[in-house]
Amino acid sequence: MSSALFSFTLPDAAVVNELYTLLRDPDPVVMVNCLRALEEILKEEGGVAINKPITHHLLNRLKECDVWGQCEVLRVLQRYRPQTEDELFDILSLLDASLVSPHPPVMAATLSLFLGLCSALPAVGLAALERVRAPLLTACGSPSREMRLTALCHIQLLLRSLPGLMGAHYKRFFCGYAEPAYIKQRKMQVLVELVNDDNVAMILDELRGYCTDVNTDTAQAAISAIGGIGRSYSDRCLEILTGLLGLKQEHITSAVVQTMRDLVWVCPQCSDTVCEALEGCEDTLQDSQGRQALLWLLAVYGERVSSAPYTLEVFIDGVRSETSVGVKMELLTTTMRLFLCRPAETQDMLGRLLHYCIEEETDMCVRDQGHLYYRLLHRGIEETQKVLQGRRSDPSLGVLIGRPAEPVSQWACSFNTLDPLKQGPVETEPPSRGSPEHVTFDPKPNTDLSETLDCSQIVKLHSASDRASGCSDSSAEGLASSVAPPLSLSLTPVLSPEEFERLWLQRQDLHTEQDAEKREEEEDCACLVEHIRGPAIAHCSPQSLQAAMQLVNIQTLAFTPPHTLPWRVYLFTHTQHTHSGNAPHSTLIVGELLYTGEANRRVRLVKTGSDDGVLVEGSEEEHVREGGDPTPAGLRESARENGEEEEVKVTLKQQPRDDSALKGFLSILTTVLHTLSSERA
Amino acid sequence: MISQLFILSSKGDNLIYKDSSVRGEAGSDVINVFYEKVTALPGDQPPVVMNHGDLHFVHVRQGGLYWVATTTADSSPFSIIEFLNRLASLVKDYCGDLTEKAVQMNFALIYELLDEVVDYGYVQSMSSDVLKNFIQTEAVSPRPFSLFQLSNVGLFGAETQQSKVAPSSAASRPIQSSREQGGKSEIFVDVIERMSVVIGSNGVLMKADVEGEIKVKCYMPNCSEMRIGLNEEFSIGKSQLRGYGAAVRVDEVSFHQAVKLDEFDSSRILRLSPSQGEQTVMQYQLSDVLPSAPPFRLFPTIERDSGGKLLMYLKLRCDLPPKSAAINLCASIPVPKGSVSMSLELSSPDQSAELKLQSRSIEWTIPRFPGGTQLSALFKVEVPGLSPSSLMEVGPMVLNFELPKLTVSGLQVRFLRLSPVQPGPAQRWVRYVTHSDSYILRI
Repeated sequence: MSSALFSFTLPDAAVVNELYTLLRDPDPVVMVNCLRALEEILKEEGGVAINKPITHHLLNRLKECDVWGQCEVLRVLQRYRPQTEDELFDILSLLDASLVSPHPPVMAATLSLFLGLCSALPAVGLAALERVRAPLLTACGSPSREMRLTALCHIQLLLRSLPGLMGAHYKRFFCGYAEPAYIKQRKMQVLVELVNDDNVAMILDELRGYCTDVNTDTAQAAISAIGGIGRSYSDRCLEILTGLLGLKQEHITSAVVQTMRDLVWVCPQCSDTVCEALEGCEDTLQDSQGRQALLWLLAVYGERVSSAPYTLEVFIDGVRSETSVGVKMELLTTTMRLFLCRPAETQDMLGRLLHYCIEEETDMCVRDQGHLYYRLLHRGIEETQKVLQGRRSDPSLGVLIGRPAEPVSQWACSFNTLDPLKQGPVETEPPSRGSPEHVTFDPKPNTDLSETLDCSQIVKLHSASDRASGCSDSSAEGLASSVAPPLSLSLTPVLSPEEFERLWLQRQDLHTEQDAEKREEEEDCACLVEHIRGPAIAHCSPQSLQAAMQLVNIQTLAFTPPHTLPWRVYLFTHTQHTHSGNAPHSTLIVGELLYTGEANRRVRLVKTGSDDGVLVEGSEEEHVREGGDPTPAGLRESARENGEEEEVKVTLKQQPRDDSALKGFLSILTTVLHTLSSERA
Repeated sequence: MISQLFILSSKGDNLIYKDSSVRGEAGSDVINVFYEKVTALPGDQPPVVMNHGDLHFVHVRQGGLYWVATTTADSSPFSIIEFLNRLASLVKDYCGDLTEKAVQMNFALIYELLDEVVDYGYVQSMSSDVLKNFIQTEAVSPRPFSLFQLSNVGLFGAETQQSKVAPSSAASRPIQSSREQGGKSEIFVDVIERMSVVIGSNGVLMKADVEGEIKVKCYMPNCSEMRIGLNEEFSIGKSQLRGYGAAVRVDEVSFHQAVKLDEFDSSRILRLSPSQGEQTVMQYQLSDVLPSAPPFRLFPTIERDSGGKLLMYLKLRCDLPPKSAAINLCASIPVPKGSVSMSLELSSPDQSAELKLQSRSIEWTIPRFPGGTQLSALFKVEVPGLSPSSLMEVGPMVLNFELPKLTVSGLQVRFLRLSPVQPGPAQRWVRYVTHSDSYILRI
């Protein structure tokens, strides 16, 4: 029966024809083996020809094959594209029984085929995901732990598109006592995704039990899972986390402090509790990760932790025996920042630390850092403050917790492959150590958010005019074609909130630094600030706004809740349009809508257009928190009282730069916002 | 598609190696590469999928052995893991047992199996019905002669009470020997349930899941059809209830594809033609609700005495029906870090307990625990520097046990009929057992 399985160096037409004929053999094993042989022989030509008659023949005989044969047939069929919608639905209904097959391989192969066939019909794809819920859950309880792991990893994929899929079945993801650590960690990752108002108490109670697990990896994973849930339920989680500090165990305390650092960045309202909890942790902390986290927290909240200088003193006294470079760097920064807010208590120890770092330290990084701070202090306290005064996280960013549901196409290609099972960072994973926030802002961004916005505008004037003269080829081309080329927006590849935040802040930081090199780097990106007058969108429900935006393929990433001020929305999209004769050109646009409310007096600046008509510079509006400072001179300003019209400030950043696409995008956005506000009216 | 396939002992000895790649994707040192990767990791739980360049290893652990396949990144993990599991159970069917020794002694048989099962990395057939036509080698049984086996034989052949109960080892024998004259013609139907339960510190049932399966193990060469009758009031799902008696309800059921279900709806009968060896006929699940009280409850008192010792007074009650009993019960209770020694008082002499410093827990073993009774234990643990918050580290208690002759779901096999009617001494065994998958009692 396996005679069909010879590999040939050259496809022999007679053999190939014979094999095609044998596809009609009554024995299903022969049929499947012919398929395999043809796939191998015709590898160069892309495998066996899958046309309509062959597809229908294979589908009709699917039931006769055993599990392995079915998987093979389903895999080969992935290349088939039905010609009509009717045919597609016929195939889907034929496959429906296999979708709920008790054999996980068949179920997975069928779903994979389903998702391929329904790529144009997202709703059908999502319905298929609902169908496989039961068999996947069964596989999660399989006696074989390897099978359990496979099912769990694939459930994580499904949850990216349907976050609510398993919500009611959260108890199935509670860890068994004897399960291996790799299953427990995956289950915890899934549990974090499933949290909702109904089950949060149960899930936290369960996770709390894992925190004292004998396996330290499991315990630490449980603690960071609690931190992940803390982004939405901060009070309950902090209560558990502070309780755990009482255990005074190294690995637990270290994980808790790291989790608190990550949490406090996203939820600044937790900072009071965290500051209280920090007292006395330093005795228990042993590993460098945990001590770095503690130092970071002391740097940011030093003025509120009364014992901070004493803690630092212990660290500084022991700096000679310190082996971790990371801890030393963090220690330098923390001491500098603490010096700024509590100079009397810290001056002496800062001197000692700088002396040590410059004179005795052998590591280049630490020494250079010491030199840098030393020179900075020479510039005077004002300058130092300007550079070091840490950027506090913006409380309105706290709503960045919810991930938008990704389209199925985002992960469909890795479904039923080994990829989801691989170790390493999983997107759905809550940050454990070295959280994205922390890594992103290391070295710390050095200006307060509102300041950044202010000075970025001024800087941009220069850089923009620089760029306007010597603008890159692509934008020149874009301008040359006076007729706007057809512009299309798309949501893929999806930008994760972390990635968005990174891009957004990176741009701002670049603008604040008048560094020639850095400007070079941002040559190929553009910024635009624009005011759209009229729309009262701040009163729209987030759902309708999101729906409207998605209709035109703009993804909204985060909102402030309606009726809060300042009201913000963060969004992104990809533009795509074809210049005549050129390859399709695509750019990434990230943007912010800001509405500061009627209660404030506003200073509005009219946009300045450069000669070639590119909208390069926008306007500035005084920031709510900045009081009534006048805006920089040299810009035409026109103050006006609150009219009936409201306006929304739009800040857009584009990469790579393509002005015509940016203009096109802005007009689409304006239309959407106007439509929304008129619907409301 | 599978490039290479090998079985390693837990110490890394190469037991079986088959290179099915004709394309030469990988060298022959894959075994060393794999074992180096496994040993480089701390702990005994290497990730299921590992890669070394373009080479991807997928492995399962069965019978203390590594069953490893190498493959490409785009192959289906479900298929490969299912294949390896199925291969392990085939080897178990043919060799009678799944140990390093059994695999070593039967390597010729296993290579013969592999030749039939995999061709050029493609799975051909794993059904024992097909394979029995091709496999010629006899299994070598590693089981030594044992006097205990004799205890089951009645005096002068008289039928004793004991001979009505099959020894638990009866089903672990190779299927091949059934072709021999000496092999008994037997069939085993096992109803096996695995229970995972979490009981809160206030005694409330927080989670209860039961996963069950009916396995048929057939050593009957000429059995064309068998019918298994389940409880008549067996119902599936939440809405459907049958009869007025104590209904046996499960949430989800799936059947082996060879099972014919034409009589299932009306009278709960499964029809199938069993193939030689073991197959899982039916799988079912029950979640969130147990039909009866959970089998064990714990009443703990944990305190710190004046001398700074940790006092744990534990009462464990077994709520099984009085005729049933749990066997091989082992309770493990985590104790605070830094515990050094323990003194104890147990309520009966057959129990034992010890402090395991390695796993930071007390292991309390109870060989037999009849239903409706209660046991208690007092542990005094010496923990230097015991702080009040250390009491948080005590618990939860985890129980491992086996409930013979009992299913928690209540599923029963009403009858087992074979056709054609077997000549001679055909033996039919129905066995029930419930295992604790994870039984956690919070403190």
